[in-house]
Amino acid sequence: MDKMPHWADIVLIPIISLILAAFFSALVILAIGESPVAAFTLMVEGALMRSAGWGYTLYYATNFMFTGLAVSVAFHARMFNIGGEGQAMIGGLGVALVCLYIPWPHWSLAILGASAGAAIFGAAWALIPAYLQAKRGSHIVITTIMFNFIAAALLNYVLVNLLRPVGAMDPASAKFPSGTHLPTFRDMFSTADNILFRGSPANVTFFLAIAACVLVWFLIWRTRLGYELRAFGHSESGAKYAGISPVRITVIAMLISGALAGMMAVNTTMGESERLILNATEGAGFIGIAVALMGRSHPFGVFLAAILFGFLYQGGAELALWTSIPRELIVVIQALVILFTGALDNMVRMPLEKMFLALRRRKA
Amino acid sequence: MTAPAIELKGISKAFGPVQANKDISISVQPGTIHGIIGENGAGKSTLMSILYGFYKADAGEIYIKGEKTQIPDSLHAIKAGIGMVFQHFKLVENFTVLENIILGAEEGAMLNSSLGKARKQLKHLAEEYGLNVDPDALIENLSVGHQQRVEILKALYRQADILILDEPTGVLTPAEADQLFRILDRLRDEGKTIILITHKLREIMDITNTVSVMRRGEMTATVKTAETSPEELAELMVGRKVLLRVDKKPAEPTSTVLDVQSLRVIDDKGVERVKGIDLTVRAGEIVGIAGVAGNGQSELLEVLGGFADGTGTITVNGKQIPLTGHGADGQARRAAGIAHVPEDRQREGLIMEYSAWENTVFGYHHAPEYQSGMLMDNSGIQTEAQAKMDRFDVRPPDPRLAAKNFSGGNQQKIVLAREIERNPDLLLIGQPTRGVDIGAIEFIHQQIVNLRDQGKAILLVSVELDEIMSLSDRIAVMFDGHIMGERDPAQTDEKELGLMMAGITDTKGTEAQTNG
Repeated sequence: MDKMPHWADIVLIPIISLILAAFFSALVILAIGESPVAAFTLMVEGALMRSAGWGYTLYYATNFMFTGLAVSVAFHARMFNIGGEGQAMIGGLGVALVCLYIPWPHWSLAILGASAGAAIFGAAWALIPAYLQAKRGSHIVITTIMFNFIAAALLNYVLVNLLRPVGAMDPASAKFPSGTHLPTFRDMFSTADNILFRGSPANVTFFLAIAACVLVWFLIWRTRLGYELRAFGHSESGAKYAGISPVRITVIAMLISGALAGMMAVNTTMGESERLILNATEGAGFIGIAVALMGRSHPFGVFLAAILFGFLYQGGAELALWTSIPRELIVVIQALVILFTGALDNMVRMPLEKMFLALRRRKA
Repeated sequence: MTAPAIELKGISKAFGPVQANKDISISVQPGTIHGIIGENGAGKSTLMSILYGFYKADAGEIYIKGEKTQIPDSLHAIKAGIGMVFQHFKLVENFTVLENIILGAEEGAMLNSSLGKARKQLKHLAEEYGLNVDPDALIENLSVGHQQRVEILKALYRQADILILDEPTGVLTPAEADQLFRILDRLRDEGKTIILITHKLREIMDITNTVSVMRRGEMTATVKTAETSPEELAELMVGRKVLLRVDKKPAEPTSTVLDVQSLRVIDDKGVERVKGIDLTVRAGEIVGIAGVAGNGQSELLEVLGGFADGTGTITVNGKQIPLTGHGADGQARRAAGIAHVPEDRQREGLIMEYSAWENTVFGYHHAPEYQSGMLMDNSGIQTEAQAKMDRFDVRPPDPRLAAKNFSGGNQQKIVLAREIERNPDLLLIGQPTRGVDIGAIEFIHQQIVNLRDQGKAILLVSVELDEIMSLSDRIAVMFDGHIMGERDPAQTDEKELGLMMAGITDTKGTEAQTNG
């Protein structure tokens, strides 16, 4: 018998965690003499009340969906892929090469090519830690963290020494040709007399991310590969008994995970900056871990959690812009949300389970 | 009459909706061995955990030697003179016997004085009860039987005069079990009170004075051992008449299905577990491998099932099968007509978090009938799972329930249904009834015999000698990676097999070999 109903697990726990995080954030804001209510109102207004705010919120959410899915897929095979950041950086390199060196007639073809480039490069970056884990037993948490640093250094080198246009001063590639310009929400949803999403970076990649959520759901719960992957995640000895090769599953799960993380670069590099820059990932690879934890590694949960974190990112930026709350404190608030929804899951879960048991006993 | 050593009155304990103990009253006389018997999940362990302070009872009172006692934790239990020997020993492997004995009972910061005192005490205990163990031996170098003695010594060192033993013979050879019972006898003669928890009827009949039967959280009866019979106890445990012997016709073996020649297996740590064995299994017979756990039987099954590597020659239906690398995994074995009910259904045979229907295709999930285009045919699998569960009487018959929510016996039925219904030529089956209740044992044994009667070859590995003797048509005994010999179950007895299981080559020599 499960300790508590399923809905409590997927709905109640995240909501309680969020309320706790909001409560402690309010205390922090109070402590520096600002009003939590005003801050919250400002966040909501800045992130959700204007179409441009939504344009930013959904832009960030797109990034978090890809990295959140990447962490989720690896989670199902009981692997902790902390390398989303590095895989996304290298994915960006793939996007840049595809956009710069192939003449694309139309964005719809370019986005397919860029997605493939991002996925292949991201997967390749995940392949090395995967191989080391499967064949040599090097722990994937350690290797993927290390590969984040290597990716950053590699990107730096490539941008400074290889892709930087002659005479340019900043470490960035040349601007992509206009054939690769992705339609933004403004392009798509504005009418002649009503301009929406003005100046915001949300673009068509958002729909690619939703498609990725659906595909991952099919992969995990409807395909044979997903069946084997989850079985391996639950019990390695069981997988061996069934003739599921641990090496094969480890490598495949990490390839898919790396590909998803890499595809985030389609949004940042192709959709937003339209050239390859140094820190396009902005920590989205790590936020993906929190998104996956909060979304219970389920694609729909990841979708919702990604939008929540998109809101926090955009709302936080608004706070930095309009109040005297320092930027560092906004990072603290985001960290509190991650702490409560991800790391302190059991703190909420255990008393809740006890409560449900007591309720059930009273009924019985 | 003196006050009872232990008296429990109206003990109840619930875990959520599950009533593990319901109004249990029991009285244990001092200087006796009191057996508690019941199926898995009957509430025996819960009751003892309450007595030892691991759980707090929802209701009820505990009296020790006539005095009402609260036992909120195990320290209080020890103070009240209760000692517990767990089924899985709680010893520190790389400590010596002496260090383990004083662990938690050290006096002061410096070890030397307590070690010296313990050494003296230990010598005294050894003389008094015949509990001989080298105090300076490392635990990891001791046999299982001796490790158990250390557990008993630990309890006695803490001045226990009430000993609780939880399934103490599960890991012992018959000879070691005999020694244990001699020690228990002697402890009883010296005035100690012993509570023996077991599911083995024979042990109850052999050694106890009184026996209490538990069923579904309730104490159904307490009887004098001398005035009852195994049949009556089994009926009290299950709640209906049970067939204790397996009902089967003589085997009619035909052609050889499995032929193993000079098989060797080296495990991950580089230890040779199987040291060159030869074995055949023919269609229409059950070959049982007897032996104490850890003598190479598990590794034999793992190589045959395709999840460990080995060297040697194995042919199935005349075709040689690879023992390492590609083509030697579980998928290839299934394709060769080998089905496998593994020893550890919770770690291997089932994915506990998967629902029953997902588990009914586990290992066969590549079969074309379970695919539907690029996806798995989940609704087809669910329909089939429902039918399988009905045929194998899995309860509750709900394919959407996760495997972990079924009882041990029903989990085993799910595995059996999956493996048997694939219609294999050879069935490997390890510990078919470990942790399975008596009612389900009868059903599982019947399924195995039915499969044999359909002309299939069956290789059975079990540490339960009773099970091996009643199911097998031929018995091979394994000790230390070798097959000590083969016997016809009709022409051997537990004593002879027990000696072989302990590695003692017998005097009767080769007469039974010809049966193979």
